[in-house]
Amino acid sequence: MDVDVLVVATVARALAFATPLLWAALGEVIAERSGVVNLGVEGMMALGAVTGFAVAFTTGDVWWGLAAAGLAGMAGSALHAFVAITLRADAYVSGLSLTMLGLGLSALIGRAWVGRPLPDPMRTVDVPWLRDLPLLGPMLFQGQYVLTYAALLAAVVAWALLFHTRGGLVLRSVGENPTAVDAAGLHVRPVRYAAVLIGGLLAGIGGGYLSLAYRPSWGEGMVNGLGWIALALAIFAMWHPLRVVLAGLLFGACFTLAFRLQTVFPPELLTMLPYAFTVLALVFTAWRRGRHAFGAPEALGRPYLRGER
Amino acid sequence: MKPEEHLQPRLSLRGIEKRYPGVRALAGVDLDVFPGQVHAVLGENGAGKTTLMHVVYGLVAPDEGSMTWEGEPLRLRSPREAIARGIGLVAQHFHLVERHTVAENLALGFPDAPFWRPTRSLLPRLRAAAERYGLALDPRAQVRDLSPGERQRVEIVKALMQGARLLVLDEPTSVLTPTEVDALFAVLRRFVAEGSSVVFVSHKLAEVEVLADAVTVLRRGAVVGRRSAADGLDRRDLARLMVGRDLAATVADRGRARAAAIAAGPVRLRLTDVRVDAPGRAQRPALHVASLEVRGGEIVGIAGVAGNGQSELVAVVAGLRAPSAGTVEVDGREPGSGRRRRGARNQVDAGVALVPEDRTKVGVVGDLSVARNLALRHAHRRPFARGMWIDWQAVARHSQSAVEAYDIATPSTGTPARLLSGGNVQKVILARELDRDPGVVVAVHPTYGLDVAATSQTHERLLAAAGRGAAVLLVSEDLDEVLSLSDRVAVLAGGRVVATMAAADADPEALGLAMAGVAA
Ligand SMILES: Nc1ncnc2c1ncn2[C@@H]1O[C@H](COP(=O)(O)OP(=O)(O)OP(=O)(O)O)[C@@H](O)[C@H]1O
Ligand SMILES: [Mg+2]
Repeated sequence: MDVDVLVVATVARALAFATPLLWAALGEVIAERSGVVNLGVEGMMALGAVTGFAVAFTTGDVWWGLAAAGLAGMAGSALHAFVAITLRADAYVSGLSLTMLGLGLSALIGRAWVGRPLPDPMRTVDVPWLRDLPLLGPMLFQGQYVLTYAALLAAVVAWALLFHTRGGLVLRSVGENPTAVDAAGLHVRPVRYAAVLIGGLLAGIGGGYLSLAYRPSWGEGMVNGLGWIALALAIFAMWHPLRVVLAGLLFGACFTLAFRLQTVFPPELLTMLPYAFTVLALVFTAWRRGRHAFGAPEALGRPYLRGER
Repeated sequence: MKPEEHLQPRLSLRGIEKRYPGVRALAGVDLDVFPGQVHAVLGENGAGKTTLMHVVYGLVAPDEGSMTWEGEPLRLRSPREAIARGIGLVAQHFHLVERHTVAENLALGFPDAPFWRPTRSLLPRLRAAAERYGLALDPRAQVRDLSPGERQRVEIVKALMQGARLLVLDEPTSVLTPTEVDALFAVLRRFVAEGSSVVFVSHKLAEVEVLADAVTVLRRGAVVGRRSAADGLDRRDLARLMVGRDLAATVADRGRARAAAIAAGPVRLRLTDVRVDAPGRAQRPALHVASLEVRGGEIVGIAGVAGNGQSELVAVVAGLRAPSAGTVEVDGREPGSGRRRRGARNQVDAGVALVPEDRTKVGVVGDLSVARNLALRHAHRRPFARGMWIDWQAVARHSQSAVEAYDIATPSTGTPARLLSGGNVQKVILARELDRDPGVVVAVHPTYGLDVAATSQTHERLLAAAGRGAAVLLVSEDLDEVLSLSDRVAVLAGGRVVATMAAADADPEALGLAMAGVAA
């Protein structure tokens, strides 16, 4: 095989593989930028996947399924938002509980659907115009699902919203110094709620991609740790939406390559790979950036109460 | 200017009451602020000044009492409502997002900023404010790179852009250099000349004398006195009102006898060829001290404009940072050399005490109780430690005596340190660091935020520590403080010691020039 063909094919596969990661990691970036960490990504993705599948199966329409997937993720995140923002409980504990809850609940809901293929799954399409670009066309704009292209677009939109609009400025400020936002006469909680809910929506869509497009079916191990990887990606990308795309592609490429080299690569090692890579990525980020410049939102994980010193 | 009798107060407070668990922070405060007036609020540490300012800005809801704004009842449920009426706040601990730019911080507080690229429309307004009040700011600078004075300017500009007609400033001058203070006062005078009002909190009575039209003094949350500039303001009178008794004369004349003792004292702190590299700029180190010695019994003042190597100097002496080259010796040897390096612990064991610049982040652990914070420095030693166990009774006993000795206003020794007022946090740090006769004391702005009584007490304690044989390194931007306490003054500029002189014959003008980096 030609080298460019290999490269093109690898990137295209990597993108397909990374799509759910991109959605979920973008969502987490938005939530964490507002200062609320949500470790429930895995659970929200599972909820999205199972709900999306059930609705698509029943209605026969994947788009209804997708909407349901997003809403299911959002519902999960609403629970987290209430506990972590309104009740000011520990966000880490609440997020972990959400993961367990989401995994358990999705297994329960999904019982009836296990092993049944989706009759009319999402189809792959090409992007007009862009598909004809040399190299980039076949890499990024041919034969993927709409959700994949939408993920790339979502990253750009998230970047523009976060860094170039008033709303984004407020959101980032809430994550850095909620007291300053409050003192500026703006409300902290609604912003945090919105960010966490959007995060849940995107994680749910990521889950929906799995059960409606990537592997149009439902099974309990479907999400299989992708939620945790998405969390790591958000950190690796240093909470920047465009870097999420790069990091996601890099990650997907590693995984795809290892998959291709299965003959020389023990399969056990292959299943370990995402996690090993995640740890390496985190070590690399921490080592490269040093502690101060690491870039975590200053108020990440800290609840806000006015008048509290 | 004296407010006319018929003039309506812009803001008036009646019977404002605020209780926290174990303290009555405000006990029925009345306050009237008139248009065109600078109103100073004085009081000891923990008197309730910050709490009162927060009530006016809607950050703290009072338990009882009422407010009126230009004759209409004022109920503030959040700062948003205060801003809408024209109340602006420059807080004791600034409300700024450190990692954002100046423009972003301004846009945050600016309700009419456009949705798309909100910082864009601010530039003309920023320029207008700069011209009108002489408040120049670089909109692209990151707030974390700014000096405290510049950060304060951002806060003021933010309030002005929001259309403030009453500006509330909580200890605005504590963090400023003398020139910055003059500039601030010019801005405030221009502001009130336009008919606006200012309420400001200060511990520096000299400033109150020159700037205030009216003064209200708080003690333990209650108003204990009011004065007006028309009837004359007197420093001693104000001080008496604040603390409820006459103050001993400030820093006593230290006498010639000590000078002789110093010459005889051994060198306790010696820096030789110490270099601290600035990240990415090896040619221009952040600090390069060829030689600096402090003898037992001596106080050496470090004068200099902030950012000229002071923080690096403090960090290497306190062991918070290893120098890139050179040696720091305490009592003739390098702390921890030869043994496993344990950072600041070596310094603690060698008897180095640190009163850090950033009291809330470096000085105390906010969530730990006052008692635990007081024991923190020596927690690994007797009597606090018994083997691997902590003797909590010893910790409690020690905290009781420290709270009394240093007059720390706290509901109990179990209160988390972050709930204390700014000045009382500083007292906790001083009590911990000056305990047990340290051999070397590094004190950065030791009286920052302290009231007059606590300031003179702290000065006496530093002198006493030196009298017992400690070597004291005093880093401060307050030249008066440096000159009145120190035996010698070393001037840092561009990371180097550019001049050293005996404090007795130091000339403030020459010092100022040296600080500015102009060779003497
Ligand atoms: N959120 C809070 N919770 C508990 N106690 C508080 C809180 N805020 C203030 N206090 C207490 O109220 C009292 C008044 O505090 P305040 O900060 O108003 O004093 P201050 O006059 O500004 O003192 P300083 O000059 O030291 O800044 C202090 O005893 C403080 O411990
Ligand atoms: Mg205060």
